[in-house]
Amino acid sequence: MTWVRRVGWRHAVALLAVAFSLFPVVFVLSAAVNPLGTLNSTALVPTDVSGENFDDLFRTRPFESWYVNSILIAGLSSFAAVTLSMCAAYAFSRMRFRGRRVGLLSLLLIQMFPQFLAIVAIFLMFTTIGEYWPGIGFNTPWGLILLYLGGALGVNTWLMKGFLDTVPRELDESATMDGASHAQAFYRIILPLVAPILAVTGLLVFIGTINEFLMANVFLTDLDSKTLSVGLFGLIEGERNNNFGMFCAGSLLTAIPTVMIFQFLQRYIVSGLTSGAVKG
Amino acid sequence: MTTDHAAPPVPRQRGGRRSVDSGGPPVPRGSQGLGGLAGKVVVLGLVAGIAVWGAFPLIGARAWPGLAVLVVVTALIFYVYLSGRHIPAKYLLPGTLFLIAFQILPVLLTVSTAFSNFGDGHRGSKQDAIVAIRNASITQVEGGTEYGLTVATRGGELVFLLVDPTGAAFLGDADGLEPLPAGDVTVSAGRVTRAQGYTVLNLGQVGARSAEVTAFSVPTANGAIQSTGASRASERQANRIYDESCDCIVERSTGNRWTADNAAGSFVDSQGGHLAQGWRVGVGFDNFTRALTEPTIAGPFFRTLVWNFAFSLGTVFTTFALGLLCALALHSPRIRFRRTYRILLVLPYAMPSFAMLLVWRDMFNADFGLINRLFNLNVDWMGQPWTARFAVILVQLWLGYPYMFLVATGALQAIPNEMNEAALVDGATPGQRFRRVTLPLLMVALTPLLIASFAYNFNNFNAIALTTEGGPFPADNTTIGATDLLITYTYRLAFGAQGAQYGFAAAISFYIFLIVAVVSAISFRRTRRQEEVYG
Repeated sequence: MTWVRRVGWRHAVALLAVAFSLFPVVFVLSAAVNPLGTLNSTALVPTDVSGENFDDLFRTRPFESWYVNSILIAGLSSFAAVTLSMCAAYAFSRMRFRGRRVGLLSLLLIQMFPQFLAIVAIFLMFTTIGEYWPGIGFNTPWGLILLYLGGALGVNTWLMKGFLDTVPRELDESATMDGASHAQAFYRIILPLVAPILAVTGLLVFIGTINEFLMANVFLTDLDSKTLSVGLFGLIEGERNNNFGMFCAGSLLTAIPTVMIFQFLQRYIVSGLTSGAVKG
Repeated sequence: MTTDHAAPPVPRQRGGRRSVDSGGPPVPRGSQGLGGLAGKVVVLGLVAGIAVWGAFPLIGARAWPGLAVLVVVTALIFYVYLSGRHIPAKYLLPGTLFLIAFQILPVLLTVSTAFSNFGDGHRGSKQDAIVAIRNASITQVEGGTEYGLTVATRGGELVFLLVDPTGAAFLGDADGLEPLPAGDVTVSAGRVTRAQGYTVLNLGQVGARSAEVTAFSVPTANGAIQSTGASRASERQANRIYDESCDCIVERSTGNRWTADNAAGSFVDSQGGHLAQGWRVGVGFDNFTRALTEPTIAGPFFRTLVWNFAFSLGTVFTTFALGLLCALALHSPRIRFRRTYRILLVLPYAMPSFAMLLVWRDMFNADFGLINRLFNLNVDWMGQPWTARFAVILVQLWLGYPYMFLVATGALQAIPNEMNEAALVDGATPGQRFRRVTLPLLMVALTPLLIASFAYNFNNFNAIALTTEGGPFPADNTTIGATDLLITYTYRLAFGAQGAQYGFAAAISFYIFLIVAVVSAISFRRTRRQEEVYG
């Protein structure tokens, strides 16, 4: 009886939650290996297993290009966004200057504007940009990366600043006393200490970017330049039933980089996610 | 007394600087090492290179304002990084430049369209509208000149070589009609067969570019010359032309008049009708007042606002509750398989969310969806308002609770054990300990994240657009559905099938912004975090 009250309920909650978490994933897996590849022939537990949908995906669609594009765009954007955001967070946390308070608040406020309504303006902007510099216009990964970097400063900067505030100032002050420049204090003292939050924000930006659909859909219209989200959406946009297996196969493959990064960064994740917010 | 205490403190060098000379004097503040200098040179060189690369097309197109912006920005970057002052600016500038270019600028442009009637039929200037109306009304006229047509190219660009009934040859291009010197062309059977400086296209080549040829139009005083086949062209006349003396559009065949209404940006007739093609004008606060006063819009607007709050608060509350419950359940060293549970629990977070939204939509499908088949139900989930609302919140719960689980786990681990032990010693029950000790401490840590989650879900476009698309729609109102958020409703206004109304959509998005900002600001003020942020 006491075991049930102390530990048993914990297992019950966890098992129920795991069932809830897993059953759509199992369904996706079942659809992906379903040789018929249609939605209405897919059951929760696969009856027949084949790699046909994966074959079709690679044979009939430029899936490799979509994959490479997505990894390139999400990888570069998250790396650059974390760098830009970390620099800003360092300034906001360690320095006192005019406009600091306003700057911090406006970072939050700008994010609250329903961004994609600016799509019309962004579309017009990039039409012009594409005329002058085709290399960063529509259907190029570079233009999209630039666009994503516009959102580099934002909630993540707050998260990082919160984390930095918990790193004792004495550490970089003593380095400065010893003659380190502000840049050296930043690179040698601060950066190694804030690795957890870098991992977390990097992962958050990566997931956000690889899933981003609205902007990418406007931006990338050439079949070969598409990202996974845009390309996969195109698969079932017209033919919802017939391409469902291929769509699910593609979704599973899309999850792989995220899961890998997640595993790789796992030891940082739990502490990093909240340390920014947790403070005495 | 020992000599140890009397010894003078030995200056110690730390970190990387020790390598130079451990006994040397400290390097003065603000200086930099050789590595830093080299890095600076490389980065600034890169900036200069990009600026030069960016400048050539601008110079080529004589886009002087653009070039001026480029020069000023580049100069600013060099100034900030070369001068020894403005240290915060060195860290803030890169992110801020991107922020201004790709967020603030588009948002400002969007807000400025809220004060105009920008949208379908009101895109360009008044002159554009006049030209468009004229071109749209061009028709074949009785007795218009017929030409023998030869399609040719001039350096790749399409042109018409035309021969009129008298046998004179002309060049027709986008600028108009121009006589061709008789010596340069060979005319046979009423058509040009060869012309100096032009490449005559054969029938196959014309066929390949038929869309271009059909659209090609040579403007003339009254109308335009357009092809009527591969070898014939005729002059057509514009039926509706602009008359400057009355600032109106006159229709030749009927004599009808549409007078310009320069405040509304359209041409109106005496009965109050107007031409489809108008132009873009400022309308002041009309769009803002229209959203609040027009009954067909204001009614659904407030109903949608209520559902919007219910959706975002419901999502935050349910995801947080389930995430916290799981975190509490697994927050015990007694429980086995903790790592496995954790990995399986957060799997929804790793799956691509846009794809899972679409999968969920299909699982709720009434005819062949998994949910109905699995539980042997026959519910039209997405067809009834309340089941659809339940479904979208359930989907958000699935997508969102792993994040809350992770966050709550982290926060639980950060609560010092002594707190709970002290409560235990004082005789508190587990329920009391949770309510009085754990929960308040958790909330301090998590409130900012909950507010951010609220702001995000308030405008969670994908959650609705990829599942219910706003539906089900009531029979009497097809513009706003039962699960529509303000943002999906606005999206339909801005890009919808009834014609785009960007100006109006921008006004509504400004309202959305105000609502989210005010709610968030109030919540922030109520948390302790406020003081710490500015500390």
